[in-house]
Amino acid sequence: MIAEDSVLLRIGLVKVLEMAGFEVVAEVGEAQGLLAAVAEHRPDIALVDVRMPPGFTDEGVRAALSIRQQWPATAVLLLSQYVEERYAADLLAANTSGVGYLLKQRVADVEEFIEALRRVAAGGTALDPQVVAQLLVRRPSDPLERLTAREREVLALMAEGRSNAGIAAQLVVSESAVAKHINNILAKLDLPKADADHRRVLAVLRFLGVGE
Amino acid sequence: MKIPLRSRRTLTRLTRDMSFLALGIPLHLLMGFLLFMIFGLGMEVILGQGNEEPVVLGFTLVLTVFSTPALTAAQRWRFRRLLGIDIPRPVWRRQQRSFGYHCLVGTLLGGLEVLLLSLLLAGVAAATVYAWMWALPALWRAGHDTQAFYVTLAGLAALAAVPALAAALVRLETHLGPALLGPDPSEDLERRVADLTESRAGAVDAADAERRRIERDLHDGAQQRLVSLALNLGLAKATLTQLPPEAREVIDAAHREAKDAIEELNNLVRGLHPAVLDERGLDAALSGLAARAPLPVRLRVDLPPQPSRLATPAVEAVAYFVVSEALTNVAKHAREATRVEVTVTRLGGILRVVIADDGVGGADPSRGTGLTGLAQRVRSVDGTFRMSSPVGGPTMMSVELPCTR
Repeated sequence: MIAEDSVLLRIGLVKVLEMAGFEVVAEVGEAQGLLAAVAEHRPDIALVDVRMPPGFTDEGVRAALSIRQQWPATAVLLLSQYVEERYAADLLAANTSGVGYLLKQRVADVEEFIEALRRVAAGGTALDPQVVAQLLVRRPSDPLERLTAREREVLALMAEGRSNAGIAAQLVVSESAVAKHINNILAKLDLPKADADHRRVLAVLRFLGVGE
Repeated sequence: MKIPLRSRRTLTRLTRDMSFLALGIPLHLLMGFLLFMIFGLGMEVILGQGNEEPVVLGFTLVLTVFSTPALTAAQRWRFRRLLGIDIPRPVWRRQQRSFGYHCLVGTLLGGLEVLLLSLLLAGVAAATVYAWMWALPALWRAGHDTQAFYVTLAGLAALAAVPALAAALVRLETHLGPALLGPDPSEDLERRVADLTESRAGAVDAADAERRRIERDLHDGAQQRLVSLALNLGLAKATLTQLPPEAREVIDAAHREAKDAIEELNNLVRGLHPAVLDERGLDAALSGLAARAPLPVRLRVDLPPQPSRLATPAVEAVAYFVVSEALTNVAKHAREATRVEVTVTRLGGILRVVIADDGVGGADPSRGTGLTGLAQRVRSVDGTFRMSSPVGGPTMMSVELPCTR
């Protein structure tokens, strides 16, 4: 299910999704139609543009919030030309699972985009690195200064919603090294250990100042 | 007959001046007449003569009061029509001034006008005394030749003096009329300042709206196309795996180029006007700036919670621009800067933005167009711009913007 007002981009997104084996049940161009289509089709995931008609501001964010509230089974991945930590904070404060928020240009890296899409559809989280960077700006950085540079990288990737395997691939290290880093981070930040990926993200985001 | 240009001009001026003054007589003297009536009727009322005098007096008083705006309008018309002088309409509370004009100055001017008109008529009559004499029966004519000569001379002298006197009287009136009927200079200045403030605010808002429009056009057009292009190239990269390596390399390069172009365009467009500024305000918009700065930025924003937006959109846009430019400047010029601190606070009606870095300093606002443009943009909303950047650092830029206009 795709909601995007640019026809050109919508066609491209449909191609990507079909290539990845998703079935696109509906394509809409504005927020009202999106809600109606979600009510009708109950898709696994809705791909939503933040800025849509009629107001061209944050219709997508508001639509995403009401989708997550009314149909918790439908995950939402927001796409935007610019990512804003405020929108992400709204989204995450309501629900940390089954949501994603990426820059539009990330779709160009097709494989990574599909991976994020799968993660969100499965109830995980995908946050754009830019959102994570913006969240970090907001935080009085004292506790973070205890982290090493590598641990900070790991934390940022964690905040994006990646799994240990994903982080390991990104940083070109072994998965056990990643696990060790994460344990160190959680210890340094006084966060309890958690199993599920999204709970880990929740913990990280709580620390970053979202949802307080 | 050919009239020399000079005298033709004098004649035209005289005609204009005289008609102006002649028209002034009824306008000026009406008020004098009304006052005279009031005086006379008042005396009669005091002396207790007649029964209907108080009624007539009241009527005259009402007429006097109500004729003031009409007379003022007539005078304004007279000045504009005959002299081309536009007397600006004063505000209502200036009525007593024009009333005073009609009662005192007007009566005096009316008197002078009557005198001058009489002088003109007498001059004409005297100068043409021989013609009059011809019209008289021969019996009466004889014996007056010498006197007639002097009368003619006096008449000519009067006629020669009339243009100068008329011009002087017109000048006097043009001094008094606009000064007393129009707004007084300080009030005029005040109004001009108000007008300019308003028109400047309009210009600032228009520029702001224009930036928004460009941002939206780019967002809906070029940016989406570029993303779509990058997406298609990405798809090609992912699906066309059996292509020769050269072709794959070309696609790869194009893909990278497209992504870089998107990044560049995004940065450019965001500098114009971020949509989140309209939607969530300054606080939300600044985190994007801080995150994209190439060196660590600590952002502290202490503003009343949204959505109680107290700053006008133009002021918020300026504050955003200030931070954006300042961070660019730090990245470009502040050597050895390792961190930047951005503090935004609201003190009463003032929005204060302070940007401090720990670089080596030496920034000079008088050089470099970046800082000058910044100061100008701040001034456009009546803000103040201060900068302290001693050699050796640190550099601190402080901008104060008025929140409520």
